[in-house]
Formats: sequence, structure tokens, C-alpha cells
Amino acid sequence: MDLTVRVKRFNPEAEPRQPYWQDFPISIDENATVLDTLIHIREMVDGTLSLRCSCRSAICGSCAMRINGHAGLACKTKASDAMDKDGMIKVEPAGNMPVVKDLVVNLDLFWRKIVQVEPFLKPQGPEPEAEYVVPNEAMMHLSGVTACIMCGACVSDCTVLEVDPNFLGPAALAKAYRFTADPRDGDGEGVSRERLRKLSDYGGMWDCTRCGECVQACPKGVAPMDRIMALREQAIKAGFDNNNGARHTEAFTESVGHSGSLNELQLPVKTVGITNIPALLGFLPVGLRALTHGKLPPLVHKNIANVEFVRKLHHKLEEHQPEK
Amino acid sequence: MLEHDVLIIGAGLAGMRAAIAAKANGANTAIISKVHPVRSHSNAAQGGINAALTDRGDNWEDHAYDTIKGSDFLGDQDAIEVMCRAAGRSLIDMEHMGVTFNRDEEGHLGTRAFGGQRRARTFFVGDFTGQALLHVMFEQLIKSGIQSYEEWFVTSLVQEEGRVCGVVALEIRTGQLHAIRAKTVIFCTGGLGRVFEPSTNALIVTGDGMALAYHAGARLMDMEMVQYHPTTLAGSGVLISEAARGEGAYLLDKNGERFMKKYAPNMMELASRDVVSRSEQTEINAGNGVNGCVYLDCRHLGEKLIKEKLSQIREIGIDLAGADMVKEPIPIRPGMHYMMGGIKTDVNGLTNLPGVYAAGECACVSVHGGNRLGANSLLDTIVFGERSGSHAAAAAGELKFVDFSAAAAVQREEQRIQAMLNRPQNGDRVASVRLGMGESMNRNLAVFRQKTGMEETVQELQELKARFAKVPVENKGKVFNTDLVFALELGFMLDCAETIAVSALERKDSRGAQFRTDYPKRDDENWLKHIAVTKGEVGPEISHLPVTITKWTPEERKY
Repeated sequence: MDLTVRVKRFNPEAEPRQPYWQDFPISIDENATVLDTLIHIREMVDGTLSLRCSCRSAICGSCAMRINGHAGLACKTKASDAMDKDGMIKVEPAGNMPVVKDLVVNLDLFWRKIVQVEPFLKPQGPEPEAEYVVPNEAMMHLSGVTACIMCGACVSDCTVLEVDPNFLGPAALAKAYRFTADPRDGDGEGVSRERLRKLSDYGGMWDCTRCGECVQACPKGVAPMDRIMALREQAIKAGFDNNNGARHTEAFTESVGHSGSLNELQLPVKTVGITNIPALLGFLPVGLRALTHGKLPPLVHKNIANVEFVRKLHHKLEEHQPEK
Repeated sequence: MLEHDVLIIGAGLAGMRAAIAAKANGANTAIISKVHPVRSHSNAAQGGINAALTDRGDNWEDHAYDTIKGSDFLGDQDAIEVMCRAAGRSLIDMEHMGVTFNRDEEGHLGTRAFGGQRRARTFFVGDFTGQALLHVMFEQLIKSGIQSYEEWFVTSLVQEEGRVCGVVALEIRTGQLHAIRAKTVIFCTGGLGRVFEPSTNALIVTGDGMALAYHAGARLMDMEMVQYHPTTLAGSGVLISEAARGEGAYLLDKNGERFMKKYAPNMMELASRDVVSRSEQTEINAGNGVNGCVYLDCRHLGEKLIKEKLSQIREIGIDLAGADMVKEPIPIRPGMHYMMGGIKTDVNGLTNLPGVYAAGECACVSVHGGNRLGANSLLDTIVFGERSGSHAAAAAGELKFVDFSAAAAVQREEQRIQAMLNRPQNGDRVASVRLGMGESMNRNLAVFRQKTGMEETVQELQELKARFAKVPVENKGKVFNTDLVFALELGFMLDCAETIAVSALERKDSRGAQFRTDYPKRDDENWLKHIAVTKGEVGPEISHLPVTITKWTPEERKY
């Protein structure tokens, strides 16, 4: 089939020294992946095109890049699925990471964040002589997370990292969950308390805005955002609830569980803490703007109709907290 | 100058295991790899890792016998004993490090059946065991704080005073060359799959270590023993794990017949890989295949089992061949997969060069002999990675650094590389030369071989080497110049290809992965021995080495 691959090029050593688009019209097999098209270009058309790739079967994690604006593995994306009605595929380097050359990005910060979560098992107590005896379900659950190949697709499309490079990000947090959810890891009664405490800090689990981009981008079904939400549950359960994120969650849950809707006046107050005067004062400008624009929530928060139904639902959910 | 007691080249499973062992033994250790460690090809091992656990009623001697029989009695039995004895401990160590092995109902490690073995002793993580092990080993590498030079490509060894005393490496991101001094060097560079086209192997698997060691005077052994995996996907040639057959999948011809009953009535689809691949190729050649393939049928295993234990290969089938194994048989064929041969070492990983070690696929201990059993390769990397790391660290304690000029070493490489970059355009391409090599190897050194075909390849390799000497490198830049890296890799691959072809020509019998239609029988009287090859003045020099037999007498192989 005939198609055009539009590649975002960048070479720090040559003019124009800034990114530009280049079109490569090529002819390739119907079953070709996007990676096959790029390898074809590199080998047969333009040897100066740089990209990382190795296994061609979605296991090495080298070829994460943005295809038509969204991160994915070039080797796992069929060219025929990716091209638009004019036969065009747009390929550019992964986002949220500095570009080294063409489709190659600098992953130094990505790896530093992985190292930051202390990514190795910390068993409590002495090791058994033979293997740890643990339920298969626990291992199967973990394998859903260890399926992560560290390709960086989730980090590329993370909307928090776009504005806050300090955020640990979806890959490192999913990696952290891989340990906090491991029955072999822990520092007290099977809970990885120290990990959860550190991960509750600024830049950690509470900084995710739940946009869901990482779940979309992940080529291995790891669903990093879901793991971050699971971390939050673990942290609150372990008693690390003295922070804005945890309080926000609890106030939110409590309000909906009680009245069936969100008490928008109370939420910010409960999030920062009723005694946190400086933070509360910080809300004043927003409150005033809301007032002058007629957007201030009602001062008296009312229950919704059929609130009993919501309360029942809430109660049921509370009863079904997932266990480690 | 950068300097380390132990420098490990390659950061796959063997390399990282070696590094961790060397560090644990007190050596100043560093690891250097042309890719980031988790991009290494150990990832691709899908099915599992073998170990005979005594608390299951298994024993290492049964594992050893299966391995020896699988090797067609070419494996060195002392080395196989070492590996099979160590397997249980190595496996449990990996579990303690955090590998999420599948469990049985009681929560103990679960097993699956694998080819060429009389009982299920393959431990696994779904169908991505290699990835699971590799990432856990990387975690341990982080924990140990070992210096890691990532995306540094070793282009040559430095030899002075009769010793390998360092390396010169290209930092791919900047294009800068560095000299690193080392008391001992461990090659853990993996296989050479890309010498063949197609191959299941990743694009980075280019025989760098074997070629570097060969040039430095190391002995390569069993290079004729190239494993063709029975189930590689039609088209792309990507691997479909033996785990599928381990879980009970059938191989079918175009009429839906399980043809393996003709070739291995007892073990059927789970005969050793060389036997299954040969049977498939025989059927395909007889016109019983479809478009050069036979079928792998998993439908009767059921959707639940496939999703739980074979999810990755199901995805590969859907992504790359448009076939869902839950609903239909998928077309497969034998494809180049693994190199049994490599840099000859003793059971401690030591080569014939002082201070130079090797472990993993690039090494030949030889535990795989003529044919490797599935799930013995991960075991090989862990056991001999650890042994070579420990021994290299101990040896380094007795050695002094050899003083050499870093500037001179770097300059030599700079000049060589600049000369490559300066070559004028001549219409030829690195990829064309590589393809010529790969197709020639796959035509004449595949499942069935014979003299004239192999001679043709030897001749073609000479022509390709001549082309290689003039092939232009299009990218002249410094930053992430993969074009240059491919050219350097191609040089390594051509050397490897030659050693394979001459070794295969030398062996005049059929054994393990080598089947010669002009010598179709195994001939223990004349050929129960290893073929070794070293670099001579004008080309490869062949010698013969004895096979170590401890207590298992060679016998006819039947499955």
C-alpha cells in the first residue's frame, strides 16, 4: 500500500536547529506496522533518521512515540490503522521529555523518578528457605502491573507533567504500586508504610488529576491511573490522611455519601483543614470572583431527591474496600 | 581515565546478574550496554525458566539428562551438571528478589510443561517470563548502585601486554568515544540473530561480543548449532512461545492432521525444538503446509486459559497476523531463534584469554550442545552470569591495571570511524549488505543444510565483506547516529556469519540443530566432538575439542 509518513525531525547539529516536519511517501506491505514504515525510511530512504527500536513485538519498550498526536508503540500500531483517509501518518517524538534527535527523547528524568520510588522488593523479616507462599491471584494482579515495559508512553501524554515536572508521573507511581500491593513487601503487618508515607508527599500520588490519558496511552494495559487510585486507598487505609489530597477525597466522599451531591463550599475548607487560616485566606479572591460573577454555590447545601438511594450505594461501596 | 575491576559488556539478564555478583564480591564493577538495560533482548524469553525442585519430587539429574539428550549428546556434561544443580537455588533467589511467578492453588510456585522434558519443571510469569526477570534484575541493579553506562556501544577492545585491558566505547547520544580500563571483562552481549533474515531476535542482537572476542583471539565453539524455533509467526517472523504447546496446543498440517505423530509419537508437539522444526519443514517441503507455514491450534485450550497464561502471544497474533488464537489456528513456521554456540568458556565463565569471561547466549559453556531445551536459556543466563561475575571479581583481586594511553586508543577508533564516515556514496546501503547476508544464511544454513549451499554462502560472505569495506554511512553527525552504529554492527555480524558457515561445513554429520542432507546420520565415531574456530592470519581456523561425558552415555535420540 502507498502512504505518507510525516515525521517531526530535529537535529541539534544542523540547520534549522529546530523541529520541522518532513514527508516520506513510501510503498509498504499491507500488514506493516508504523515501526516497519520508519525502519524502511531509515534503511532505504534516509539514513539520517534516528529512532530507538529493537524487539518489534511490544516487549522492549524502545519505540514509544506520538502517532497522530497520541503516544503509543510504533511496533504495536498497524500502519493501515494509523493512516488517515489521505494515507497520512503523523509521527513525532514522545512528549514531556527533551528531544535528543528526531524521534529519540532523553529519558534521564524518567529513570530518575523510577529510582526515586526505590523500585526493589523490601521484604519484612527474614526470607523463607523456599519461595514465599502467596496466593496466585495476588501474583496475577501484580503481573498486570509488572507487564509495564517502561516505554514512557504514559509519561509522554500525562497532562500533569506538562505543567508540573516535579510530579512522579504515572510510570513511577505504577511501579511503586507494584511493591505496595505485593504481599511480600512491607514494613509492618504486610503494609508498605514507609513507601506509602513518602508517596503521599508533594509530587506523589495526590498530584494526579485523573484525566485518564495514561490509561489510553499504555500499550500494555497497565492502566497507571487505576494503580495511582489504588495507592490512594492504601495510603488512607494506612492512616496517611493528613494531606490535602486525602482530605479532599474524604470530604468529597462524605459529602456525596451524605447529601447525594458535592458541597462545593465545604470541599476546599475541609481539603486544606478548618484551622489552616493562611490557606483559607488564599481562597478569598476566588470566592469574591465567584460571588461577583454569580457563581457562588448556595450557602445552604441541600440533600438531593432520593438521597437514600445514594446513601445505600455509598454504604455498599464502603463495605467492599479492596484488600492488599 | 574511567577504570573498573570488572567491566561487563551487555546489560541483559546474564550481564546484570554478573554485575550484581561481582559487586557483591567486592569488585569495583561497571556495566556497559548499547541500550538501556530493560531494552535488552532477555525480555523476549516468554515461556519460563527450568529448575528441578527437590521439594516437588524432581531432581537435578533428571533435568541434566533431559538437557543432555536435548543437546543430542554434544553438551558438556560437567557444565550441564553445574547448571542443573544450581537451578533450584537460582530460581528461589529470583523469587525472593521479587519475580511474580505464577502460583499453584496452594500458593507455591506453579509449573508448566516444556519441550524435551519428561516432567513439568518450567516456572513462569504468564508468557512474559523474560521481561519479568529482566525488570527484577534491573531493580536489583539499581539497589546495588552499580555504575551503568547506558547507550554506550563498545566498538573495540584494547589489548596490551598480551591481555585485554580495556575497551573503547561510543557514547551514542553524544558521539563521543571513551576508553575504559578494566582488569577483567565479561561479555554478556547475547546472541547474533540478526545474522539471519528473518529471525525472532530483536534488531540489537548482532553478535557484537562474539565478534569482539573472536578478534581478540578468543575461541568460538559450536557455532554451527543455530536453533530454529518451531513456532514463529508467518510474515513478521515474531516468536510465538513454546508455552502454547506446553499448555497443550497442537501443530496441524493443511488437512488438520497432528503431523508430529509421525515424528515423535510419545512427546508429540513437545519433542525437542530441533526435532519439531525439522518435522514442520519436512511437511512444508512435502506440500502439506499453506503458504510456507503450518498451523498452531490453541482453540481447545479455551479463552480463559489463553487470556491468563498466553495473553502476550495472543496479542501478537492479533496485532501482527490479524489472527486471534482463541478463535482460529495461527500460521507459523520454523524461524531462526537462538545461538547454541559462542565464546568458549569453562564452568566459571573464563575464556581462553586471561581476564576475559563470557556468560549467557554469547558464551558456549557448552550446556546446550546441539540443541537448547526451551526455558534453559534464562537458567543459563542466571547461573553462569552469577558464576562469571563472582570469578571475575576474584580474579580482578589478583590483577593490576595495565597502563595504556586512553588518548591513543580513542584516536585509533576515531580514525577508523572517520574513515567509514568519509567513504564516498556508491549507491550501496548497509541494509542491503545485511539483507544479502541474512537471506543467504537463511537459505543455506537453516533447518536443512548441504555442502554446495553452504559453500555458496561462504563465497557470498566474501563478496559481502568486500562490499562492506566500501559501504557508505549516510549520517555524518555525532548525535544519536544510529546509521553509524548499524554499520559497525554489520561488521561484527559478517564475522559471526563466516564462523557459522565454516563450522557447519566442517561438521560432517547430522546432530541437534545441524541436519545435513548429504550426511543425514549422527556419527558419534567421528563427530562426537566440538568444532571450535579462532581467527587466523587469513581467516577462520578450525580445531576440534572433546565433548565432556560424565555419566550419561550417548544413545539414539527418540521422542
